[in-house]
Amino acid sequence: MTDPTKPAVRLTELRKSFGAFEVLKGISLEAMEGDVVSILGASGSGKSTMLRCINMLEMPDSGQIEVGVEAIRLTKAGGTDKRQLQRLRASIGMVFQNFNLWSHMTILENLIEAPIHVQKRPRADCVAEAEALLEKVGIAEKRNHYPAHLSGGQQQRAAIARALAQHPKVMLFDEPTSALDPELVGEVLRVMRALAEEGRTMLVVTHEMSFARDVSSKIVFLHKGAIEVEGSPQDMFAAGGSDCFRQFLSGGNGLN
Amino acid sequence: MDIPFLYETLLKLLTGVPLTLQLASSSVGLGAILAVMLALARLSGLRLLIWPASFYVFIFRSTPLLVQIFLIYHGLGQFHAVRASFLWPILREPYWCALIALTLNTAAYACEIVRGALLSVPPGQIEAARACGMSPFTLYRRIVFPLALRHALPGYGNEFILMIKSTALASIITLMEVTGLAAELISESFRAIEILIVAAATYLFINFTITRLVLWAEYTLSADLRPPPVTQRQGGSL
Repeated sequence: MTDPTKPAVRLTELRKSFGAFEVLKGISLEAMEGDVVSILGASGSGKSTMLRCINMLEMPDSGQIEVGVEAIRLTKAGGTDKRQLQRLRASIGMVFQNFNLWSHMTILENLIEAPIHVQKRPRADCVAEAEALLEKVGIAEKRNHYPAHLSGGQQQRAAIARALAQHPKVMLFDEPTSALDPELVGEVLRVMRALAEEGRTMLVVTHEMSFARDVSSKIVFLHKGAIEVEGSPQDMFAAGGSDCFRQFLSGGNGLN
Repeated sequence: MDIPFLYETLLKLLTGVPLTLQLASSSVGLGAILAVMLALARLSGLRLLIWPASFYVFIFRSTPLLVQIFLIYHGLGQFHAVRASFLWPILREPYWCALIALTLNTAAYACEIVRGALLSVPPGQIEAARACGMSPFTLYRRIVFPLALRHALPGYGNEFILMIKSTALASIITLMEVTGLAAELISESFRAIEILIVAAATYLFINFTITRLVLWAEYTLSADLRPPPVTQRQGGSL
């Protein structure tokens, strides 16, 4: 199904400023189908902003975003083609640092919400598929529980299942384990690792170095709003990389 | 105590209950629609909408409901243009005047309840809905309003109870709801204490019922705040 010669996401010269502060200084990035791209960088380096630009939760000031073969059309006034954007967003799964499950719905309802009300798929199919997904991420018995009843790790696995329920072409992970207690990080990473092995296209903003090294096909290191260095994990963790990246690895960011 | 007289009074006052309930529920219902529109206007970020909505809330919250009722019932009829307009058949009826005044008044208070409730919806959950590709309409219908409703309920229950009591003011413009009937009975019998106590008890009972209904609604909408289903716990999955 996945074709590693086809681009899944391509960012070209992405720029974004918050007031006078330029967060993204012209970022270009390409992820092929089946790629797992780990995006590393110190806090404030612009990695989350970059990820959030891909589905336009953050509106870039300039540059181009392509998802699959389709470029997101930007109007002169800084707007987007709303219908196209909604369609593309439905094909991009997003997993947030704080899970962001809908608190008034059970776990199962969270999973079938967008497939039914955005993608207009038949309810029975959505339910059957959602149950299979919950089984896959290991929380099938929680289907009728509300998010508040679950641990952080379970909530994040439910959130991953919710994203998968929309049949996404690309999965975006925005620091998916940063809000978790240390003992819960493993269960979420195991699910993400399984997705990577299935050949899913994933862009992951993370501080988990072992995940970046062992699972990703490409590592991108952001520094002060620009891509400082990128390459395969082997190259990056061996002699390669830059001074800045080595400093980051050696604990310069206070997270390792 | 003259039990037969109290009973007789109660039977007479009960005939006013349908009008009291009708005035209160219609004004709260219509007022809620207006309140949501006002709240969305106040949160729109557009000065052109924020300013009129804020001004409306300021005016209707800061003047007495009784004055508003008088202004609509007695005041509007002073203008020839109003009397000549197609609205006159409505605006000369005390029932409609009371309903309009109650609706406009409750909308102003409810606007602030709704605005607070909308602001309490966690931004992350809205973002998750946008990331799924939801249109703004679906986003409001499926995520924002259901979450806001849960926050608005306690405050809104309060408002409903206040409105039940506010309908008593409609008796001033000749409407024969519970208080209007009580006033009439007093002028016939001069037994003010007994009649007013029965009238008060009638309101008390109505509001007791409403309090229960609001509690029930809060309960059914807050399954996520209660412990998870017991059957699951017995399964040993926790």
